Amino acid sequence: MQRGGSGRLSRRLPGGFLASLVALLCALAPPAVAAAANKVDPAADLQAFQAYFHAAFPTVALDDFANGPYAVNQDMRKQWEEIMQFPPYDFALDAGKTAFATPFKNGKTYAGCFPKGGIGIRQDYPYFDAKSGEVVTLDLAINQCRVRNGEKPLPYGSGEIAAIAAYMASTSRGKPFDIKIPDDPRALAAYEDGKKFFYTRRGQLNFSCASCHVQAAGKRLRGDILAPALGILAAFPIYRSAWGGLGTIDRRFISCNAQVRAVPLPPEDRTYRDLAYFLAYMSNGVAIAGPGARP
Amino acid sequence: MKPALFLAAFATLAVAMPRALATDADGFAATYAAAQTAERQAGALHHQWTTTEADLKAAQAAAARHDNAAAIRLAQEAAALARLSIAQAQDQDAHWRDAVVQ
Repeated sequence: MQRGGSGRLSRRLPGGFLASLVALLCALAPPAVAAAANKVDPAADLQAFQAYFHAAFPTVALDDFANGPYAVNQDMRKQWEEIMQFPPYDFALDAGKTAFATPFKNGKTYAGCFPKGGIGIRQDYPYFDAKSGEVVTLDLAINQCRVRNGEKPLPYGSGEIAAIAAYMASTSRGKPFDIKIPDDPRALAAYEDGKKFFYTRRGQLNFSCASCHVQAAGKRLRGDILAPALGILAAFPIYRSAWGGLGTIDRRFISCNAQVRAVPLPPEDRTYRDLAYFLAYMSNGVAIAGPGARP
Repeated sequence: MKPALFLAAFATLAVAMPRALATDADGFAATYAAAQTAERQAGALHHQWTTTEADLKAAQAAAARHDNAAAIRLAQEAAALARLSIAQAQDQDAHWRDAVVQ
């Protein structure tokens, strides 16, 4: 019995041609597979990322990942619980609350720039702004608010901007990260840019963010316990004893990059914002715990 | 004879020394320019290293105090580091996905 079209085709075409056709199709297959592997799929990434950390730290509850090294090391946790009897960021938190409520020269306040008056919204930042086509972090939004109201932007990294962000974060405590990646090629590109930065080795020491916070999470690096990447942004801004004050996510990115001997990007650089977008999305479901305290 | 010998020696030095100094200075300028070009290329890839930047500054400082040997050595080191950082950038651009949690 003749088998349909393929039989007719094989009668008309020489065997050599068919072999060449098969070889050609095989040669074309790997790029197709690679393209599938390179497909931007934040939801699949999120599932794999969180599963990795749940497998690595099976006794740690999702929300506890917000506490970084204290979630995975009992000795450090005891010290931290003692420290938190009198949180070292309290003065900065009060200063942030005051600054947040203090009117600009035009009489308006920060509350006018944010949804819900800026209270209980930290879990929604960073977000992708369709108008500008860029990721907006909370720190950037604070400065955009100032500029819109005729004020100079604050220097990034520490000081007043960290205090205001700390106050805003404190009003979101317990609310899980709820970062959205809209079906917009620009948003997906921003997510992918952040993901690439996170996994790319850099600096003379040839470390990526993932080298420490995925592959070596929970292990010691000299005197420190490396925090898992899951939930790592949930406690920001943080008071670091090494800094002697509050610092923002930018400050941590910059110091991490410098520690591996890579020239850091400027604070609030587009790629750092994309990195924060990726990391916050990977932490969806982890409750905000900022401001936090770290060694 | 003696004054003639002295004059000959002086003339030799007068010609040779500036040429040697110029050669050193030219050597530094060329080496430093090559290092700067490589570092700019690393910068375009967002893969500069702090150690390269430190060597470039140190090379300039050595040149400013006329320590050409140190200046050239530091510029050569900066160029080598910059080339390594470019190689790192190219390698990671091709392979960063290998580290992604699956």
